[in-house]
Amino acid sequence: MIIDVEKFSAVEEPLWRELEGLLVRVEEDPGFKLTLDQARRLHYLYERTSADLGKLVTFSSEPELRRYLESLVARAYSEIHETRSRERRFKPFTWFMHTLPQTFRRHIKAFWLSVAITIVGTLFGTFAMTFDAEAKQAILPEMFASHLGDPTERVREEETAKEDRYAGKKASFSAFLMRNNITVSIKAMALGMTYGVGTIILLFYNGIILGLVGTDYIMAGQTKFLLGWLLPHGVIEIPAILIAGQAGLVLANALIGWGRRERLTVRLREVSRDLTTIIIGVALMLVWAGFIEAFMSQYHAPVLPYSVKIAFGCVELVVLVLFLSRAGFQKSVATK
Amino acid sequence: MKTTTLQIKTPEGIVFSQTLASPMARFLAFMLDLLCIGALLTAIQLLMRFAMIINPDIAAAAGMLLYFVVTLGYSIVMEWWWRGQTIGKRVLKLRVVDAEGMRLEFNQVVIRNLLRMVDLLPAFYVVGGLSAFVSRKAQRLGDIAANTVVIRIPKIFQPDLEQLLPGKFNSLRAYPHLEARLHQRVSPAEASVALQAIMRRDEFEPAARVQLFSELAAHFKGKVEFPAEATEGIADEQYVRNVADVLYRTDARKKTREAATA
Repeated sequence: MIIDVEKFSAVEEPLWRELEGLLVRVEEDPGFKLTLDQARRLHYLYERTSADLGKLVTFSSEPELRRYLESLVARAYSEIHETRSRERRFKPFTWFMHTLPQTFRRHIKAFWLSVAITIVGTLFGTFAMTFDAEAKQAILPEMFASHLGDPTERVREEETAKEDRYAGKKASFSAFLMRNNITVSIKAMALGMTYGVGTIILLFYNGIILGLVGTDYIMAGQTKFLLGWLLPHGVIEIPAILIAGQAGLVLANALIGWGRRERLTVRLREVSRDLTTIIIGVALMLVWAGFIEAFMSQYHAPVLPYSVKIAFGCVELVVLVLFLSRAGFQKSVATK
Repeated sequence: MKTTTLQIKTPEGIVFSQTLASPMARFLAFMLDLLCIGALLTAIQLLMRFAMIINPDIAAAAGMLLYFVVTLGYSIVMEWWWRGQTIGKRVLKLRVVDAEGMRLEFNQVVIRNLLRMVDLLPAFYVVGGLSAFVSRKAQRLGDIAANTVVIRIPKIFQPDLEQLLPGKFNSLRAYPHLEARLHQRVSPAEASVALQAIMRRDEFEPAARVQLFSELAAHFKGKVEFPAEATEGIADEQYVRNVADVLYRTDARKKTREAATA
């Protein structure tokens, strides 16, 4: 069979144009919802255009027309065969109160693994600090230089300080902390692509630093100062890094696919939306933590009593635990 | 096996293909994007200089955060806003698409851009470059995680046929059934070769030109055999020109037929 391309185009072109128009509407407005009749029409036009492309490829040589039909079929294909739910208009409140905590709970095992790796690192740091006084100098990075000296001396300096060391640079210090911590979190997630090895190393290393610094202050009898300094921002910052590690482990699990029969692309597709949700949530937590660290954590007694700082940290922790464990709970049960 | 095209077969049995972008084109697009990011950062820096006069601390904080947001968010915002394109990709006619032909989602754009941090390791995109080199679909790690590929948008070529194939008599037009057979048997790639040869005929050395058109004419004569009176006395170059005219200028047939009817 040989087709007459002109006649063929004249008959079919209105349908191609109709399909193109419908696709433009669907693509340009994420909130656009097809009626049943429109969905049926889209499906019909897609099938008809696919058939036209098939005919053209088999019975004729029209490169431009073929490219045009290929692009139409490709666009319609992505709309018709897409099985993921369409992204509706973004609702920040629903996302924050429902989607984020639900997503966190959906991958809770990865979170506990992230916690366990960090605890092992912390124990290692504690062990190193207890048995080797020089471990602190050897392991702590440059940005922790203020913790390299004697903790008792630092506490004395902080408590007797006559002037505000952070006066005129609180906002920039806060921005620096936010940027640094968010970068570390993204790395923790992205390193999941190394089959989780990079994420594990990063979590372990963070644990070591935590163990070293904590043990150093406790051994020097400055536990109250440590809690007053660490809790206000740490109860948000440390869980945020753990959650970023959770995202990295989720990615690694999808990559490895233990006991799964789905293809790699299917496994990665399943978790990509969750990873985005988690990492945006982590970034929000770290913005808060950066703000608190610059504007509250660096002020000590007598300017800000330790009891107030510790109580504030405890309240934050309770709210965080309740948020992650309870928020959006009823909705998730109802969805199930 | 490594491939240069992404082929997708629909459940209806239709295959459509898209050409994957080469690493060099992607690198050039990235360099252009770096220039754009640099320009944005310079603008922010200038703005912050003025803000410093009002409040140095707030200005420094805003500058630091804006710097971070622009560096990290430029590609995310552009690719989401322009459906898989940044300025660099748009200039080089590249686009990020879903690797299975599905709709490109926001989370895919976020993941592929955040994972750039791993692709950049240890420096100068070594990990990403190696991954793209090894991967069957030329994907860096971010693309693999997000299930995306970067394709080249073909430039739809619209030659000026009136200039190229002026309204001279085309003896092949007298045989519509053979014209139709030519359409059926010649692939788009072959048609494109004929057209390109005609367009670039003046660039060849005389001997090479004669040889090229001789080979092309023999090739197309082998596809469809026109009666001797249609091809007699026609040079090989003219024959190829007539073939390109038949393949590309479909409206001419209409005119010829209308003239014949009149």
